[in-house]
Amino acid sequence: MTESNNANRGNDANDASGSGKANEPAAAPTATQPAAKAPQKSFGRQVLDGIVTGNSAVVTFLAIVLALVVGAILIVLSDQDVLDKYQYFFADPGDALSASWTVVKDAYVALFKGAILDPDTLDSNYAPYILKPISETISMATPLIFGGLAVSIAFRAGLFNIGAQGQLIAGAILASWVGFTFDLPGALLLILVMLGGIIGGALYAGLAGVLKARFGAHEVIVTIMFNYIAVYFLGWLLTTTTFREADQQQPIGKPLDDGALLPRLFGDELRINLGIILALAAVALYWWILNRSAMGFELRAVGSNPDAARTAGMSVGRAQIVSMAIAGGLAGMVGVCQLAGPYNAGHQLSPTIDAGLGFTAITVALLGRTKPLGVVFAALLFGALQAGGSTMQAAAGVSIDIVMVIQAVIVLCVAAPALVRTIFRLKGAHKGGEGGLVAKETAGAEAV
Amino acid sequence: MTALKLELRGITKRFGSLVANDHIDLTVEPGEIHCLLGENGAGKSTLMNVLYGLYEPTSGEIVVDGTPREFRTAGDAIAAGIGMVHQHFMLVPVFTVAENVMLGHEETQALGWLDRRRAKKKVLDLVAEYGLAVDPDALVEDLPVGLQQRVEILKALVRDAKVLILDEPTAVLTPQETEELFRVMRSLRESGVSIVFITHKLKEVKAVADRITVIRRGKVVGSADPAASETELASLMVGRPVDLVVHKEPAQPGEVRFALDKLTVLDDFGNVQVDAVDLELREGEILGIAGVQGNGQTELTQAILGLRRPAAGSIRLDGRDITALSPRKTLDAGVGFVPEDRQHDGIVGEFTVSENLVLDLVTRPPFGNGISVDPKAVRDNARKRVAEFDIRTQSIDTPAGSLSGGNQQKVVVAREMSRPLRMFIASQPTRGVDVGAMEFIHQRIVAERDIGTPVIIVSTELDEVVALADRIAVMYRGRIVGIVPPTASREQLGLLMAGVDDPELLARAAGNPNLVTEDDSTATAEGSAPEADPTAGEEGQA
Repeated sequence: MTESNNANRGNDANDASGSGKANEPAAAPTATQPAAKAPQKSFGRQVLDGIVTGNSAVVTFLAIVLALVVGAILIVLSDQDVLDKYQYFFADPGDALSASWTVVKDAYVALFKGAILDPDTLDSNYAPYILKPISETISMATPLIFGGLAVSIAFRAGLFNIGAQGQLIAGAILASWVGFTFDLPGALLLILVMLGGIIGGALYAGLAGVLKARFGAHEVIVTIMFNYIAVYFLGWLLTTTTFREADQQQPIGKPLDDGALLPRLFGDELRINLGIILALAAVALYWWILNRSAMGFELRAVGSNPDAARTAGMSVGRAQIVSMAIAGGLAGMVGVCQLAGPYNAGHQLSPTIDAGLGFTAITVALLGRTKPLGVVFAALLFGALQAGGSTMQAAAGVSIDIVMVIQAVIVLCVAAPALVRTIFRLKGAHKGGEGGLVAKETAGAEAV
Repeated sequence: MTALKLELRGITKRFGSLVANDHIDLTVEPGEIHCLLGENGAGKSTLMNVLYGLYEPTSGEIVVDGTPREFRTAGDAIAAGIGMVHQHFMLVPVFTVAENVMLGHEETQALGWLDRRRAKKKVLDLVAEYGLAVDPDALVEDLPVGLQQRVEILKALVRDAKVLILDEPTAVLTPQETEELFRVMRSLRESGVSIVFITHKLKEVKAVADRITVIRRGKVVGSADPAASETELASLMVGRPVDLVVHKEPAQPGEVRFALDKLTVLDDFGNVQVDAVDLELREGEILGIAGVQGNGQTELTQAILGLRRPAAGSIRLDGRDITALSPRKTLDAGVGFVPEDRQHDGIVGEFTVSENLVLDLVTRPPFGNGISVDPKAVRDNARKRVAEFDIRTQSIDTPAGSLSGGNQQKVVVAREMSRPLRMFIASQPTRGVDVGAMEFIHQRIVAERDIGTPVIIVSTELDEVVALADRIAVMYRGRIVGIVPPTASREQLGLLMAGVDDPELLARAAGNPNLVTEDDSTATAEGSAPEADPTAGEEGQA
């Protein structure tokens, strides 16, 4: 009730103002003046949009705070020494509390050191040491950016693509085959490997799109099933002589040719690689497709109101297939990163090549609200948690699984903004006029 | 049932800097049908949401039977005896009528068992008390809209509502269902239930209201007597003199530009909805297609656009066969199309006004080259159309879904008329549109005709067809049962709409062109429902 209520509120406010302007139809037509100012105005609108998203940015920030609090509680609960101190809590509460504080602080400091910057390295004056954490964060975020975009673009066309896992596996399979089959000079081979990954993922996701568009098979079911098919197909492939590395105990694929690897950007000591540049290019492309291309216009129209899109002469089926194919291509690039990036020492296919990225991609898309920059920041945040998590485990002895919990709590809170507002007692709607923002917010939440 | 007197005193509701309701005073006497008349966006719904506890008023008070009350939730309002039927129903489609009615305050036996029998009996009691015939065991999804609305009314009554708010109840109804609703409203009034009837339709106000309060831009601008003329009411509502007559020169029909030949269209279930229709449309004329809703008009327009593949027959535009073209190609062939349900098929609510104004134009110059879109051209176009069509919106970047119904319709009409057309087809061009916007849209349609474009208007509003059309084709059960000039009597049209094709009856009706035209609303109602009463013709003559 509250949600629809809020939505109504937004509508009414706009309605009323619409009629309020009734007497000045001349306000709009003085086109020449505003037209000259157009870029400035659109900048102003960007700021306004920033404030609008600012509302959800507050929620996102609080979601992260909340997740860190939950993580802290778990860190305390999982440390037996600290728990022992709680047994004499009432005799000496200070002891238990300071021990809790220490263990949590150590863990999060380690997390920060692993993800952003370790002040101890500053004295070394050796750039690779200082930059290593941030390089780790960025390189962990790289596949997540591709994956987040893959889920986002399908989402914009009204499709919930749960199949990034299967699509990245399909892309990795084709990319890997290209990479160990052809003997070509380095850069050329890398391009072919990437094309293989994109095409593999695009075909696999496109097939799900065709099933949706032509036969009405629900994309959630289809893509989930396609995930299983991809996982087990990969398992089988790794038993064939074509794919399996001969003298290995484990079922593992043949390695890529060295020339096909994503080159590192700043020397061998930092894992940051060409992938991040490609990922940012993909973000730009995603923005262009959605906001400047005819195809993206149709895609958004189909995602928002397929009936009106059809009546306006758009092909709903084509938009669905195209958006799934693009999604698959982006997911295929996740596969390429996994294969040709620095995450996989042998650059070989393995049964766990997806590393759970297919599902993290969904959370990245949700956290980023399918917006281009949103996806980048969400991916960076998750990348930082991954990078810092390893350090936290090594330095503070706190399980990296805490990181998973933190990620999950963040997504949970972002998906249910009302929960965050309740916990932090934010004024739900600021009442009245900003109803539009709330409506937008809730609309986003519903869509999620 | 004890009646209840409801007063709103000085209700003000602000949304930020916006005043949606400005010191509104309203008194609903026990047992009256009180009509709240106003344009879309005038603040009627806001006021009722305040009354129903959905919004908290910024200032002012609600007084029930002399006692000031504060409604914080809809539950408070219900407890005070206020019921509301929303424009969009809130029913569970897969539940029966009885289940829907008891939803939220279920009759239970021990251990929480649902007592369906008692629920059903309650429904039957209410049905008997108020004459709201509806089968308590029917599934709601199987019921026509008019009956679903009755279930909503029952839901309010079962909670002992003594004041019933009906928010634009007729927007979704056919003329017969509307008439049936009015009968129910009158019967409720006889039982002491007061009704607040929100609408912008003048005929309905005159047909059913005891008192009329007119709201404009959030303020009460006056009350009126139901005996006031439609023109007076319209002027009061819009705030300026309104011309309800469409001014147009006689048509100058040229050659045949568009033709249907034995067109047969099936619906999704394989039923024939358009049955071998032949139709010719000439340059510079408006052909009105009249008929009660659900007689194949929807499928006919869908087939013309290409949304639905005809089972047989052909559609020709300027000698070219466009029968099997996709919607894209049909639009490219020069057909302008206004769908009957704008929110569903006409606009993308989340898109901005400027995006909606190019929804089917974005792939072609000047807006784009098929690959990229030129945002400047889109915005320039939007500024131009907003000014030209007087679309009232905060800005061209406002989501179209937040505009009032009339302005959404203007967006659709503006889009479809903003390119050279070989033919223009509009379904229900003014459904849910207020008087001011209606006048404007009608003028534009006539202007389009005057530059030579053949125009088809499909409307279930007989007045609209009569006012606009140069020829009227009446559709009944998928067939064109007659083509008559707009001077045909209401009675003749009504008989045709009911499928009567007895030549003698029709001739007699045609011979009395002045019959029953003084009060249009009753004429429409009679005209659309005489199937049950085949003697209507004789009665009229007597």
